[in-house]
Amino acid sequence: MAVQTPTQSTKIARVGSARPGGPIRWIRAHIVPLGAGAALLYMFLPIFVVVAFSFNRPNGRYNDKWVRFSTNAWQHPCAVSGMCSGLKLSLTIGLIATVVSVILGTLVAFALGRYRFRGRSATNLLIFMPMATPEVVMGSSLLALFVMLRVQSGTMTILIAHIMFCLSFVVVTVKARIAALDPRLEQAAMDLYANERVTFWKITFPLVLPGIVAAALLAFSLSFDDFIITYFNSGATVTFPIFVWGAANHGTPPQINVVGATMFLVSLVVVIVGQVSSSRRRKKA
Amino acid sequence: MSGGALLAESLAEKAPQSLKTTGPGRRKLTPYLLLLPGLLWLAVFFVAPTISLAQNSLQQGNLIDGFQFTFHIANYTAALSSYWPQFLRSFVYAGLATIFCIMIGYPLAYTIAFRAGRWKNAMLVLVIAPFFTSFLIRTLAWQTILADNSIVVSIMRSLHITNLLAVVGLTQSTRVLNTPLAVVAGLTYNFLPFMTLPLYAALDRMDPRLIEAGQDLYCSPWTAFRKITWPLSLPGVVAGTLLTFIPAAGDYINSRLLGVPNQAMIGEVIDLKYFSELDYPTASALSFTLLIAILILVSLYVRRAGTEELV
Repeated sequence: MAVQTPTQSTKIARVGSARPGGPIRWIRAHIVPLGAGAALLYMFLPIFVVVAFSFNRPNGRYNDKWVRFSTNAWQHPCAVSGMCSGLKLSLTIGLIATVVSVILGTLVAFALGRYRFRGRSATNLLIFMPMATPEVVMGSSLLALFVMLRVQSGTMTILIAHIMFCLSFVVVTVKARIAALDPRLEQAAMDLYANERVTFWKITFPLVLPGIVAAALLAFSLSFDDFIITYFNSGATVTFPIFVWGAANHGTPPQINVVGATMFLVSLVVVIVGQVSSSRRRKKA
Repeated sequence: MSGGALLAESLAEKAPQSLKTTGPGRRKLTPYLLLLPGLLWLAVFFVAPTISLAQNSLQQGNLIDGFQFTFHIANYTAALSSYWPQFLRSFVYAGLATIFCIMIGYPLAYTIAFRAGRWKNAMLVLVIAPFFTSFLIRTLAWQTILADNSIVVSIMRSLHITNLLAVVGLTQSTRVLNTPLAVVAGLTYNFLPFMTLPLYAALDRMDPRLIEAGQDLYCSPWTAFRKITWPLSLPGVVAGTLLTFIPAAGDYINSRLLGVPNQAMIGEVIDLKYFSELDYPTASALSFTLLIAILILVSLYVRRAGTEELV
């Protein structure tokens, strides 16, 4: 894997256009972007499959061979029993887990980002540990606790687990935003006789808000997509990922692909709208 | 807990200079009040379960007669002597997936950091976009892609790639699905952004003029990469390795959907012990061993980089 640097490659490219050195020279000059292109292709291959097979009309119970084009699954997304109720439950759990973990996590992020106190390293470590623990360990240890306390597994235990593992990711995301803040902006507000409360709500909070929004999106997608920890603590409750897991064992309807494709499109739109609006705001400022 | 001891030993206060030093009176309490609810949640639902896991792993008994804490260390020796192949397989698969992630993610991160220009943000969105779809649905899509009659597999077969990889035991001579290669490919795929994004962050911080300077001093592109780019991107490589290796080692969705049961990873065994055999002590012992192994890995990282870089 020869890695070219920007200057080197433009140099080679220029020489190449003056003295055409054949395709091999061109490939050598562009090996890194070509590798990146191949990587993107690899990343999108399953997405093409998911979208394409949502328009399939499978013969058997498994949607794994292309039979013929049909929009049936898109017209009747809830025709599969159990899927839409699972979807609704996953959305609800995702929303609640996001709200709670964002509140708790933002408070922790402010403490870590703004104050120096005893036990700082221990706090950093405690925040990091859930991210460094394999899901199967967290899921099984929570189950062990719930079994010991004789707590019935269900929606409540799933929520507790989701808030727990979303929390760390919220702290990391918001803390990064706080660290990137220019302290002079707050000093300027104080110089203009704003008290601490006004400075916080007029200056600090609006500046940190994009980080909080990003953290909320991350928390929601983590919660919505989680399978292993949820599986250990769900009891008989069926979330969407648990439904898909069951389907993988006894028949995958194309409706699953419809949900997958929709998730992809909706999040893509959210991200693009966010990007465009933030770049517009930057231009205005 | 040997991993914990290692960690505690390597902890050092390393706070940024710009932070407020808490003054006297009420303000001294502010950071603690801010921390309280979040840390309480983690204490009750993360630390306490881990302790109860450790306790369970030393119990003896069965579901009907109940479990007793007898400091039954034999749970560990029994679990490890029966399931070391699964442990080994988990770490080998996770290691391979991490290496593949670096090989695929590095050119991608490099291109975004240095070549993308005004397309930088768009390319970053492209990197995470595939992961907007559910983990399970993506893995099911790989089942279709790697099925015996698929285009990808027929190409691999006609180029004799499957035969070649079968020699090292990664595939069977005609199949890709239900082989180690399929599991590693699935793991690589699912954890790729966790490698690409830290790599990008590290490369983006780097001053590209350093490479130009190296080249002005007549070093070849390869030498420039080896002596300048790679060392400066190491923090990203280390962070990416942790974020890829840890979840990959504990994952069992890929091995269940893309592999075969007799080549299970450790997560599958833990799942089986909990839900099918109801053998909680062995399951806990396996779980706790996995945790310790990971902790040792993390502590090596903390020793190098300190805790400030973790979060």
